[in-house]
Amino acid sequence: MIRRPIEAVGRATLTFVAELGGIARFAAAVVRALLTPPVRARPFLNELFKLGVLSLVIICVSGLAVGMVLGLQGYNTLARFGAEQSLGAVVGLSLVRELGPVLTALLTTGRAGSATAAEIGTMVTTQQLDGLRMMSVDPIDFVVAPRALAMVAVMPLLGALFIVCGIFGGYFVGVHLMGLDGGVYLSSLENSIDFHDDVAQSLVKTVVFGALVGLIATWRGYASVPTSAGVSTATTSTVVVSSVTILLFDYVITSLWGV
Amino acid sequence: MATAPADPHVLLEAVRMAFGNREVFRRLDCSFPRGRISCVLGGSGSGKSTILRLIGGLIRPQAGRVVVDGEDVTGLSERALVELRRKIGMMFQGGALLDAETVFDNLAFPLREHTRQTQTEIAARVRETLAAVGLRGVDDLLPNELSGGMMRRVALARALIMRPVICLCDEPFSGLDPVSVRLIEGLFQRVNAESGITMIVVSHDVRSTRRIADHIVLLLPGGEAVEGAPDVLREHADARVRAFLTDEVDSAAVEAAARAAEERTVGRPA
Repeated sequence: MIRRPIEAVGRATLTFVAELGGIARFAAAVVRALLTPPVRARPFLNELFKLGVLSLVIICVSGLAVGMVLGLQGYNTLARFGAEQSLGAVVGLSLVRELGPVLTALLTTGRAGSATAAEIGTMVTTQQLDGLRMMSVDPIDFVVAPRALAMVAVMPLLGALFIVCGIFGGYFVGVHLMGLDGGVYLSSLENSIDFHDDVAQSLVKTVVFGALVGLIATWRGYASVPTSAGVSTATTSTVVVSSVTILLFDYVITSLWGV
Repeated sequence: MATAPADPHVLLEAVRMAFGNREVFRRLDCSFPRGRISCVLGGSGSGKSTILRLIGGLIRPQAGRVVVDGEDVTGLSERALVELRRKIGMMFQGGALLDAETVFDNLAFPLREHTRQTQTEIAARVRETLAAVGLRGVDDLLPNELSGGMMRRVALARALIMRPVICLCDEPFSGLDPVSVRLIEGLFQRVNAESGITMIVVSHDVRSTRRIADHIVLLLPGGEAVEGAPDVLREHADARVRAFLTDEVDSAAVEAAARAAEERTVGRPA
């Protein structure tokens, strides 16, 4: 009676450990591929375009919307305490410390991470990776590493763009709709944000999130079952696993930063 | 049971291969002669494509040896396999062309990776190889713009462009019209005659096999193989072998094969 649940727990634990081992070996292979020649400049630039440039619209629109909501909520809440002059600080700190890196990573996971997993999964299904192996080309070197590196490179840039758009959204609502003085908004923003505590932390978060999303998306695609259902599962699990991992690592980095 | 060639270029010895609970080969012995066209025949799920993947080192057997051009691939490191694969070209069933690259770039890719040829030399070699498989004016097309027959020819061209000593072809005739089939058959024979390359063709098309094969490996239910020259196998003592090679379907043999496949799949540990 009690044996089956224990067996199920054991099986799940073994699967989890095997998955962790698999992704650790995969990560080591990706790092090795990045550190050894040849340098894959063209695939890397292609991926920068696909992951970065094609995500610009969603990042700008989302950043603007989040900044506008923050501006509206922040102004109304601060006005209760007569502290609406601090709106710039509230919007800026919220965006730089938390919302910018986390929402950028979640949005990029949904748009670019899932696409990366689907693309590599389809290459597995259509035997393109086996084709590369038979041409004596390592698929991790040619397909995976440029995509993972591009994700690390674009995440800080997209995060910065998200924050800038958000600050502009907050400015628009606070200054143009609520009547706050523009100089007050900007000086509050400038005085409250510290490079080490806020900007550096934000930068570290985006780089770590980029590495996590890049690794999870490429791993899920690479290890997918070569069927259409397998590609679908890889895509879905990329979004789910990346999102949860981003939120967990966000807490870890924030607590380690000592804030 | 086997009539093995005197000078095998590729040799599988006592190979055991299983995927999970499904045992494909229990103890497979077969070989492929140097410089000839060999065809691997067998029913669906008999492990034909698995043989090619074993030869290419894409999968490793649980037991036994796979010797390719004098080297046992089962014990080779990934780095050593990379070197070995430079001697092998492989034509995949679906083409396995890089779908984001044009036909030209697909063929130029291995040359750019492994040679120091100039762009002019690479372009000349690509066009020469495309012409050899009867294709012209397709350089700028993407793989999804090619017909099935053209796709197979481009895949064959890519398999041959590095001038390998062994060419593996996985189901090159499946899904093609009779004219395209005859065209591909002619290409195989011409390439083999001109370059002396060892060709191993996996197929379930008995008629094509009869037309092009110098040597046949027939996979029987139970994971064993019978091999020999086509004429010899057509007179083989085993009725299942004769039936397969003469297109005569023996219902009793079919039922026996189905039962054997079921027994191999159900309840057998990996």
